[in-house]
Amino acid sequence: MALRRIFVANRGEIAVRIVRAARELGIATVQAVSAADGAMLAARLADAVAPVGPAHATKSYLDKEAMLRAARESGCDAVHPGYGFLSENADFARMVEEAGLVFIGPSADTIRQMGDKATARRMAAQAGVPTLPGSEGRVEGLAAARAAAAAVGFPVMIKAAAGGGGRGIRVAASAEALDALIPQAAAEAAAAFGDGGLYLERFVAEARHVEVQVLGDGRDAIHLWERECSLQRRRQKVWEEAPAPGLAPSAREALCASAVRLARAVGYRGAGTLEYLYDAATGAFYFIEMNTRIQVEHPVTEMITGLDLVREMIRIAGGEPLRLAQGDVQPRGHAIEVRINAEDAARGFRPAPGTVTGLTVPGGPGVRFDAMLYPGCAVPPFYDSLLGKLVVWDETRAAALARLERALGELAVEGVPTTAPLHRALLRDPAVRAGAVHTRWLEAWLESNPLAP
Amino acid sequence: MALKTVHAPLPGTFYRSPTPGEPPFKAENDAVAVGDTVGLIEVMKTFTPVTAEEAGILKAFHVGNEDAVMAGQPLYDLEEG
Repeated sequence: MALRRIFVANRGEIAVRIVRAARELGIATVQAVSAADGAMLAARLADAVAPVGPAHATKSYLDKEAMLRAARESGCDAVHPGYGFLSENADFARMVEEAGLVFIGPSADTIRQMGDKATARRMAAQAGVPTLPGSEGRVEGLAAARAAAAAVGFPVMIKAAAGGGGRGIRVAASAEALDALIPQAAAEAAAAFGDGGLYLERFVAEARHVEVQVLGDGRDAIHLWERECSLQRRRQKVWEEAPAPGLAPSAREALCASAVRLARAVGYRGAGTLEYLYDAATGAFYFIEMNTRIQVEHPVTEMITGLDLVREMIRIAGGEPLRLAQGDVQPRGHAIEVRINAEDAARGFRPAPGTVTGLTVPGGPGVRFDAMLYPGCAVPPFYDSLLGKLVVWDETRAAALARLERALGELAVEGVPTTAPLHRALLRDPAVRAGAVHTRWLEAWLESNPLAP
Repeated sequence: MALKTVHAPLPGTFYRSPTPGEPPFKAENDAVAVGDTVGLIEVMKTFTPVTAEEAGILKAFHVGNEDAVMAGQPLYDLEEG
């Protein structure tokens, strides 16, 4: 069943991305708009817009009933959830399906299974995917936590089963710390996620974040190689690359093959990402969690494979089988993405909404700029600060770094401060140039290399 | 008794309670001391407390819980003590 009209249940740059992919497939789009977003770029580019509520996201983009009602009333036959908001909400996926519309993503059951991080970890282990030493599923009560931590060894991470994306994580250095932290973590998880369930994993001090893109049609699945996203601030990625620098070919093959095993085991449909912790000291990798949606950093995979992931998601949702066999996906060259956020990097990354008064977009060979920007556009204070992503591709990593430096030099966003100065500074750092970073590297680097106002 | 209108220091979403379901920081007719937290403003997922710069009695809010505010928009009225 080919789709005719897609409801874009998101905003910002990813909404623009979805509208573009749909248009290339000859599919119409209806853009959801909150009261703050009527003039956003995706609303201008879509075939139609549908108001979904007030500025505050819980009353608009996070309101399941309001979003589904707008999708139905605007005559859509499918919903693309983007990332964030309702993209990993199993109840919303089920509501969409029960209303007779197509949810562009995996089934509600898959979202629920992978959304419970303790369940995902167990299923990964069953599929032969390496996981960090840790508890068998959830730990119920302090005694069980103590026993599990003793088996795993300290320091140990305490994680919320309903968490993810780096939220709800604590590190206990000792048994005494564990006793103090378990009740706190349970209470906090119950308050933040409505589920106080916890599980434990071994803590690795200097870990790299490596993730594998998968694509499935519900029957078969393939991988589209890996990305490295170790440069993070407050557990938010700021810079992503494909492929992961310095990964041995054998490690890369084993990592990507393990991701396909889990995707096949759950009958995965659509685009998904398995996140791994990679211990560069030992060469071991461990599954952390699966994200059952398109990710912010998907363009670096597109740049090295030549594929359009959002288009593939839409085709699969429309009932088409995978168009590619694993052997058809041949990576070429190196891609880097840097996130351009409306934050004042020189002032503690203070969020900076406002109006973009001027804009110069980088161009030329191997440069792509996926953004929600146009001169005069508003950057509302109500949503996250991502304005866009500057992506470069070149034949080698060294050439891609040079191209990124050139493209960042061309980029000018006037009216709001951005994180572009952070990326210009990072480009000059020997560790970044060598790819010798880990997930806690950037915060330490910022302490000793504050950005000049 | 002079009534003074205090304006929002930054744009975003205004919250009257620390977390949903908890009592508000300040109810109408509550006493406010310098430095008291009156509410939170969320800007791009970052929460900034709105603290009182003057003491008095908080007479009325101009903005409801979870409502959008623009910088400089009237936030609450204070009867100066």
